[in-house]
Amino acid sequence: MGATASKLPKDQLSEYQELTFLTKQEILLAHKRFNELLEREDRQQIGGSRVPMNKILTLPELKSNPFRRRICQVFSTSDLRDGSLSFEDFLDLLSAFSDSATLEIKSHYAFRIFDFDDDGTLDTGDLEKLVNCLTGEMDNTRLTSEEMKQLINNILEESDIDKDGTVNLSEFQHVISRSPDFVSSFKIVL
Amino acid sequence: MCFCYLVGIEIDGEVDSAEAAGKQGKAAASEDGEDEDEDEDRPRGRRAANRKKAAQKQVEEDSDDEIPQRRSAGNRRRGKPGANGGENGESNKRNKRGGKKQKQGKGKGKDDDKSNRKKNSSEDSKSEGGEEEEESMSEGERARLMEEVEEKKKLIANIRNKPWRMKRRLKHLKEAQLFVDKFEGALGKGKGRKLYAYKVMMMKKWIKFQRDFENFKTACIPWERKIKEVESHFGSSVASYFIFLRWMYGMNLVLFSLTFGLVVIPEVLMGLPYGSIPRKTVPREEQDTAMDYSVLTDFNGYCKYSVLFYGYYNNQRTIGFLKFRLPLSYLMVGIGTFGYSLMVVIRTMAKNADVGGGDGEDSEFTFAWKMFTSWDYLIGNAETADNKYASITTSFKESIVDEQENQKDENIHLRRFLRVLANFLITCTLGGSGYLIYFVVKRSQEFANRDDLGWYEKNELEIIMSLLGLVGPMLFETIAELEEYHPRIALKWQLGRIFALFLGNLYTFLLALFDEVNAKLEEEKDIKNASIWFMKEYFANFTANNPNETGTPPPIEPADVIRGPCWETTVGIEFVKLTISDIQVTYLTILIGDFLRALIVRFLNYCWCWDLEAGWPSYGEFDISGNVLGLVFNQGMIWMGSFYAPGLVGINVLRLLTSMYYQCWAVMACNVPHERVFKASKSNNFYMGLLLLILFLSLLPVVYTIMSLPPSFDCGPFSGKERMFDVIIETIELDLPSFLGTLFSYAANPGLIIPAILLMVLAIYYLNSVSEAYKNANNELKKKMQMARDEEKNRRNNKDSTNQVMKDLEDLLPNRSNLPPPEEKKGQKPKVKPGAAGNAVNLQKDVSLASVNPNARGPVTQAPGPRAPGPGNSRGRGQGPPPRH
Repeated sequence: MGATASKLPKDQLSEYQELTFLTKQEILLAHKRFNELLEREDRQQIGGSRVPMNKILTLPELKSNPFRRRICQVFSTSDLRDGSLSFEDFLDLLSAFSDSATLEIKSHYAFRIFDFDDDGTLDTGDLEKLVNCLTGEMDNTRLTSEEMKQLINNILEESDIDKDGTVNLSEFQHVISRSPDFVSSFKIVL
Repeated sequence: MCFCYLVGIEIDGEVDSAEAAGKQGKAAASEDGEDEDEDEDRPRGRRAANRKKAAQKQVEEDSDDEIPQRRSAGNRRRGKPGANGGENGESNKRNKRGGKKQKQGKGKGKDDDKSNRKKNSSEDSKSEGGEEEEESMSEGERARLMEEVEEKKKLIANIRNKPWRMKRRLKHLKEAQLFVDKFEGALGKGKGRKLYAYKVMMMKKWIKFQRDFENFKTACIPWERKIKEVESHFGSSVASYFIFLRWMYGMNLVLFSLTFGLVVIPEVLMGLPYGSIPRKTVPREEQDTAMDYSVLTDFNGYCKYSVLFYGYYNNQRTIGFLKFRLPLSYLMVGIGTFGYSLMVVIRTMAKNADVGGGDGEDSEFTFAWKMFTSWDYLIGNAETADNKYASITTSFKESIVDEQENQKDENIHLRRFLRVLANFLITCTLGGSGYLIYFVVKRSQEFANRDDLGWYEKNELEIIMSLLGLVGPMLFETIAELEEYHPRIALKWQLGRIFALFLGNLYTFLLALFDEVNAKLEEEKDIKNASIWFMKEYFANFTANNPNETGTPPPIEPADVIRGPCWETTVGIEFVKLTISDIQVTYLTILIGDFLRALIVRFLNYCWCWDLEAGWPSYGEFDISGNVLGLVFNQGMIWMGSFYAPGLVGINVLRLLTSMYYQCWAVMACNVPHERVFKASKSNNFYMGLLLLILFLSLLPVVYTIMSLPPSFDCGPFSGKERMFDVIIETIELDLPSFLGTLFSYAANPGLIIPAILLMVLAIYYLNSVSEAYKNANNELKKKMQMARDEEKNRRNNKDSTNQVMKDLEDLLPNRSNLPPPEEKKGQKPKVKPGAAGNAVNLQKDVSLASVNPNARGPVTQAPGPRAPGPGNSRGRGQGPPPRH
C-alpha cells in the first residue's frame, strides 16, 4: 500500500516548509497519512483530489474532538462546502494546530472554528453551540437553560469590550492572548 | 524621469511574474473582488443578502489580516476610481506590502511616508504622461529597489504567519520569490555586484542550512510518539510531565557528557591505574569483603575506591601525555555544571514566559477562558473526551455557583479556626520530620563506628527519608481537608507544603552531614599528624640505615597506608545512596500503588461483592504534581552530589531513561484519565521556578565547601591544598603569562569587586524600576483603550437610530481621518467625500474626535495585551498616499 503512494516532489516539499509551521518530517508524515485516506485511484494526483469529511473524521486525532466537523469546514476550500479537504487544506490544518504556530494564527483559527454561523462574530447562538460542544452530547452533562444563560452573560460581560452583545475577533484574541494554556492545548499532532 | 523608468520595471516585473496580472486588474476594478480574494471562504451570497451587516463585516474581514495598514490601503483603493487602472492597483499593492514593514520600523516608515508624499504629488502627473527612458539606475533607485527586495524577503520569511489559504500563500510566495530572483541580481554594480551576488547566494545557502538543521533537530527529539500517545489518552497535563522529564533528560545528558568527557574518561585513560597509590586501593582490612554484594550495594568496597567518587582522583597537576590538568578540570566541571544548569533553566523560563502571554491573573477572564481554552485538542481517546466533557461541565457549574455565592460565607470563625489548626498541624509535622532526620543522621554516625549492624541500621537514613517523602504528602492531603479551600488553591498549598517538607528534609540532612564532616575533619587532623610522624620516622630510619640513598618512598603496600576518612567521598556516598533509594521507592510505589492495584481491581472484580472499578479502590490517577516534585528534588540531589561523586550524573541519566519507559508504560497500562484536571501547561513556569529554587539551594552547600572547607589531605584531586579553589590560583601562577596573573590579582581585589557588586545592584534596581514603569504604562494604555472604545461604542449606538447610510459612511470614514492633511483628500476623487450627506460637518467633527486616539475606531484590530504595541503606533500616523516613488 504505502509503496504505491505517490511521492511528494522535492520543490513542493520545500515550498510547504516555507509556507507552514511544519517540519519536513511532519509534512512527509502528513502526506503519508493523507495518502492512506485517499481512494486508491486518486493516489496518483494527490494535489487535486479531496478527501470527504467523514473520512477525515476517522483520523484518531480528530475522532473524539467535539469540534471536528467545524474544523473540517473551516479548513476546507471545497466549493460545495462539504468539508472535504485537499492535501493543502490538510497541511493548513496541521500547520495551524502545530506546536510552533503563533498565538495569532491559532487564535484566528480558533475564532473561525467557534464562529459556527460564519458571520464574523461570536454571538449568543455561537456561544450556546460552543457550550453544548464542550459539555458533550449526553444529557447528564448538559447545562440547564438557566445555567446556560447565566454562563453566556458572564462570558459576554468579561470579554465583550465594546458591549455590542457579540464577541468579535479582536476581543476574542484579547481574551485568548492572556490565557496561560491556550497555545499548549490548541494543538493537534499527527 | 528616473522614477518613470522604475515604474516601468515595476510593472514589468509584476506582470512578468504572471499570476499577478489578472489579480491586479481585479484589485483595481472592485474592492469587493480584492476582499473576496483576501478571504475567499466567506460566502459571497450572504454579503449581498445581508447588506446591513456588510459594513461591519468589511471591517472584520480586513482585520483578518492583522495588518492595520492593509485596511487603510484598502479604503484608499476604494476611494480611487477604476480609471487609473492597473497602475493604481499596482501602487496600492505595493503599499500594502509596505505596510508590513512600517509596522516594524516605525520611525523609518514615517520618514519614508513624508518623502513619498512629496514625491507623489509630482509623480502623479508624470507617470501618466511619460514612459520609461532612463537606462541606468541612480543611487536612490537602487536603494529603493533594495528596500523592495528586502520587503519581499520579509514577506517570504513571514508568510506562514498569515491566516490565508495555502493557495493564496503559495501565490504570494511565488510572486515574491520571482521578484527577488529577478531584481536581486540587478543590485550592486561593478565589483560590488559580484560581492552582492555572492552574499545573496550565501544567504540562501545559510537559510537552507538552517532549515535542514531545524529538521535534523526535530528528528533528534526522542519519544515523540510515546508522548503523543500519552497526550491523546490523558490530555496535555499528564503529557506535560513527560515533556518535563524529557527536558530533564536532555539537560542531564549534557551534564553527563561534561562530567564524563572531562573528568571520568581522562582519569580512566590517563590516570594512574587502580592499586598504584593508597587512595586508589581498598584498605587491607576491607579487602576480604570488598567484593561482597551487600558491601557493593552500600557503595563501599570496590565501589568506594573507583572513579565514581571524589576520593579516587589523584592530585597530580597534569596527567598523561596530553598534560591534561585533571584537578583544574574537575573544579571547572563542578562549577560548569551549575553554570550550565542555571543558564538552561533561566533561558527556558524566559522562553516560556514569552510564549504564554500573561501568567494569567485569574480573576479577569475566568469564564471566557473556561469557554474558549478549556478543550484540549490533543485528546484522541473517547474515554478521556468523556471525562473532559464531565470536568468542563462541572467547572462551568462550579464557577456559576461560585459567582452566585461569592459573598455568602456561613461560619467564618469555624473555618478560620480549622485553617489555623491545619497549618499548626502541618508545621508540627514539618518540624517533626526535620528532627527525625537529624536524629537518624546522628544515630548513623554512632553506627558508623560499630560493626554489628543489620541491613536496616545501615540504610536507616535513606529509608526514613524516602518514607517521609511518601507519607508526608498523604498526611498533608488529609490535613488539608480541614481547610476547605478551592481545589486549585488547595493544590497550590499542597505543593508548597510538600516542597517545604522535601526542602526541610534535605537541609536537615545536609546540616547533619556537615556536623559529620566537621567531626571527620578533626579526626583527619590526628591521622594526618600520625602519618606525617610515621613518614618522618621512616625517613629517619631509612637515612640512618642507608646513608647513600634518599627519597625513595616507603616500601609499604598502598593498601596498608594509614589514611584519613576522606569526608568528600562519604558525602558523595550519602548522596548516591539517597538517590538510589529514591529510585527504588519511586519504582516500587508505581509497581505496587498502580500496577498491583490495577491488577487487583481488574481481576478481582469478577468475584467481589461491590464494583471495584467504579467503587472504592478503582484505578489510580497519574499524580502529576507529586511526580514533578519528585523529579525536581531528585535533580537537586544530583546537583549537590555530583561534585563529590562524578558517577552520580551517570546514574541519574540511567534513571531518567528508564523512568521514561517505565512510567510511560505504567501510565498507559494502569492509570485512568483524570477526573479533575489540573492544568499544567507548558507556559506554566511553576515547575521551572521550583527547579531554579532547588538549583540555587543546592548551589549553596557546594560553593561553601569549595570556598571554605579544607579538602582531605590524602584523597581527591585537591589533596594537599588549603582550599579547593587554590587549583585555579596555582594554574594562573604557573601556566599563564605573568601579566595575566597580575590582572587576576587586580580583578580579585575587594576594591574592584565591591564596586562591581554595587554596580550590579544598581543595574538591577534600575531595570526593575524601568519594568515597573512599563507595566504602569501598559495598564494606563489598556485603560485608555477601553475608555476610547466605550466612547466610540456609545457614539455609534446613539447614531444607530438616526441614519443607516450615515453609519455605513462612518464605518468608512475614520480611516480617512487618519490621512492627516485635508489637501490630501482633494487629490482623491470627491465621490467618497461625505459631503453627499447633509450633516457632513457634524460627521467631520465626530471623526476628528475619534481620531484623537487612532485606535478609537470601532472594533479593535489588535489585542491590547502586553504583546500589542501601544495604541499610538499600531496604526501608522498619516498613512499618506501610496508610497510611489
